[in-house]
Amino acid sequence: MTPAFLADLRAALPASALLIEAEALRPYECDGLSAYRQVPLAVCLPETLEQAQAVLRACRAHRVPVVARGAGTGLSGGALPLADGVILSLARFNRILEVDPDNRVARVQPGVRNLAISEAAAPYGLYYAPDPSSQIACSIGGNVAENSGGVHCLKYGLTVHNLLALKVLTLDGELLELGDCARPGALDAPGYDLLALMTGSEGLLGIVVEVAVRLLVRPERAQVVLAAFDSVEAAGAAVAAVIGAGILPAGLEMMDNLSIRAAEDFVHAGYPVDAAAILLCELDGANAEVSEQIMAVREVLVEAGASAVRTAEDEARRMKFWAGRKGAFPAVGRISPDYYCMDGTIPRSQLAFVLKRIAELSTQYRLRVANVFHAGDGNLHPLILFDANREGELQRAEDFGTDILKLCVEVGGTVTGEHGIGVEKLDASCSQFTPAELAQFHAIKAAFDPDGLLNPGKAVPTLHRCAELGRMRVHGGELPFPELPRF
Amino acid sequence: MEDVLIERVRQAIADGTRLRIQGGGGKAFYGRRCDGEALDLSAHRGVIAYEPSELVITARAGTPLAEIEALLADNGQMLPFEPPHFSARSTLGGMVAAGLSGPRRPWGGSARDAVLGVKLLNGRGEVLRLGGQVMKNVAGYDLSRLMVGALGTLGVLLEVSLKVLPRPAEEITLDFALDAEAAATRLVEWGRRPLPLSATLVHAGRLHVRLSGSTQGVRAARQALGGEPGDDAIWRAAREQTLAFFQDPRPLWRVSLPPAAPALSLPGEQLSEWGGAQRWLVSDLAADTLRRRVAALGGHATLFRNHDGAGAIFPPLAPTLLALHRRVKQALDPHGLFNPGRLYEGL
Repeated sequence: MTPAFLADLRAALPASALLIEAEALRPYECDGLSAYRQVPLAVCLPETLEQAQAVLRACRAHRVPVVARGAGTGLSGGALPLADGVILSLARFNRILEVDPDNRVARVQPGVRNLAISEAAAPYGLYYAPDPSSQIACSIGGNVAENSGGVHCLKYGLTVHNLLALKVLTLDGELLELGDCARPGALDAPGYDLLALMTGSEGLLGIVVEVAVRLLVRPERAQVVLAAFDSVEAAGAAVAAVIGAGILPAGLEMMDNLSIRAAEDFVHAGYPVDAAAILLCELDGANAEVSEQIMAVREVLVEAGASAVRTAEDEARRMKFWAGRKGAFPAVGRISPDYYCMDGTIPRSQLAFVLKRIAELSTQYRLRVANVFHAGDGNLHPLILFDANREGELQRAEDFGTDILKLCVEVGGTVTGEHGIGVEKLDASCSQFTPAELAQFHAIKAAFDPDGLLNPGKAVPTLHRCAELGRMRVHGGELPFPELPRF
Repeated sequence: MEDVLIERVRQAIADGTRLRIQGGGGKAFYGRRCDGEALDLSAHRGVIAYEPSELVITARAGTPLAEIEALLADNGQMLPFEPPHFSARSTLGGMVAAGLSGPRRPWGGSARDAVLGVKLLNGRGEVLRLGGQVMKNVAGYDLSRLMVGALGTLGVLLEVSLKVLPRPAEEITLDFALDAEAAATRLVEWGRRPLPLSATLVHAGRLHVRLSGSTQGVRAARQALGGEPGDDAIWRAAREQTLAFFQDPRPLWRVSLPPAAPALSLPGEQLSEWGGAQRWLVSDLAADTLRRRVAALGGHATLFRNHDGAGAIFPPLAPTLLALHRRVKQALDPHGLFNPGRLYEGL
């Protein structure tokens, strides 16, 4: 770091908001994708808009890259530091500015945790719908950057569907207001939908400094049905049958036999361990509506060949059914020294084919795979089991993962449903985009950030950099945030 | 057909022609006047993929909206945002470019929310696939949703994939005799309860509401709310602006506000939808005066009908935001070929 740049940072921030010592920087060397580590030049922790603006202006003046960071729970390395860059942490932008129950809006700073929004809205009978599995820790600013999902996307959408306005800083330190920021609640702001463009842009277009989210009325009741199947194909067909019957579940999750057994051993959820696959179907709404839909779903599932269908008889059982699903990742971590989590999305009609191909690849690569996924959205999370201490297994796992993502693209899907490209899937995304499409993305980046200093090298691969392989590598069942559920 | 369109764009780049993208022409009244050679998309039509259990439909941009909605209805599904047509010839591409949503918007999401992906012909004559045909996709910048409401100024939509939803099992309309103020209070209160609302309309001393959902859910809500049975036809009439209110020759403003914002208190006639979030105003009031009042309430106003197609039809943008709009336009349409000035001057 040049003395002149350091002097500018010192002028921009109070001493307590600037970290430059090696030991202070260490906790920032990675995000939730801990296979990649890099210590940054400095970490800036502004507390005010003016401080954040001053940091950005200093970075621009000295041409120093800026990586924004929320809670650092992302799974694709989006907040991985750059050796010659600073981390701009929004952790101290942590205030809930307003909950407006009549307009069903919350206005918050980006460092506020996802779950904290629902907690603040709860006294009014309201909540914030998107619920990524890390919601007790992940920040809303990070959710915007990644367009985070969760288990309720089919009915309630992704982050982008639940935003009303954003305040964003450009690299120049200029403040952009996307939507009506002062009194949010109006729909469909004029001009280009830059709010949608900003969402999921992984910190490459601007720094989110305020977020207005839409709140929903909490449903009267939620109920879950568990169905067991003798084959994954039958379970896949049942998913299509439920949707085809005109039912829109709040959540529709599937697990294969290896995941079922691992989860059952781990949390004793009451799963049928001899089933080839199970579906968990959650319905929510008014009391009468849920009762009616439970009946309809049971009928469809039986018709679709379920060998057993059980409705959670009470809230404790419902939570238990979900505990198994939500504990699937750590459960798999107990039966394998390492695993590698994928995040592809496919059209649901391709489910049986893709699972069959994954099974074939599993044989070919001599590695087991546990399949857990958001069936309603077609969002797969195959977990490839391996042991990094065995010669060549890591490489085989990575090659296997790349083949799965290619397969997702081949059947009309995508390499990332909700975890983002980050650094992890730069290579895999090459199979999804043409050179013209990548060039278009880079042109959009330049429209926002002509100097290319906001999180450079992430999210969109350069045309000649399509060589790396992605991974969310977990050793000994230890996730970077072991206390966070991951599903 | 796609080859012909690509060739037209390449030719336009070569000889500096401007292109005016045209679908069914049903929304020609909307936005600013723009010049250019017509680029007609209406022959580029047909549904490419539709599997009801996927909840996704993909079709060419020139496909009539009516054809798409009929196909969905045959399969018990619908476009959740209930778009206005304004003409029997309205197309899928025009619907996406205009980005307008109908009565179900606050509960079913917007046109933009339903877009999963597009095939776009950009201003370099390149065909790009942006987004996809799946519900969840966070690879690349979300340029497909950027096209919604851009009024064709960023490129030519060739194909669009939309998320569709099952039609509700039951749908009923209820009417209440309430003045505007009492209706607004009632709607704020209902907005905080778990009710299966799917449309509201306040006009001429009446509050009309639509309930959608399962048979039992709608029945329970109906008992809780009271009211008299209403006519379902009102929702189509509101959406298509065939109600008498919309026939007034004075300028028609679309005002977007936080739903619980107080009354506009402006001269003219009003009709309110979307639980209070969309208010139509027929008024001769000066644009500046009207927009100042609306902005103070946290909203924005578009001059929707009965205008001369020039000036600030859409709410003026802050200078930094307008500059960014120009750079985004430049990134997608560097030669300024498409629909120049339709949305904002210089875009």
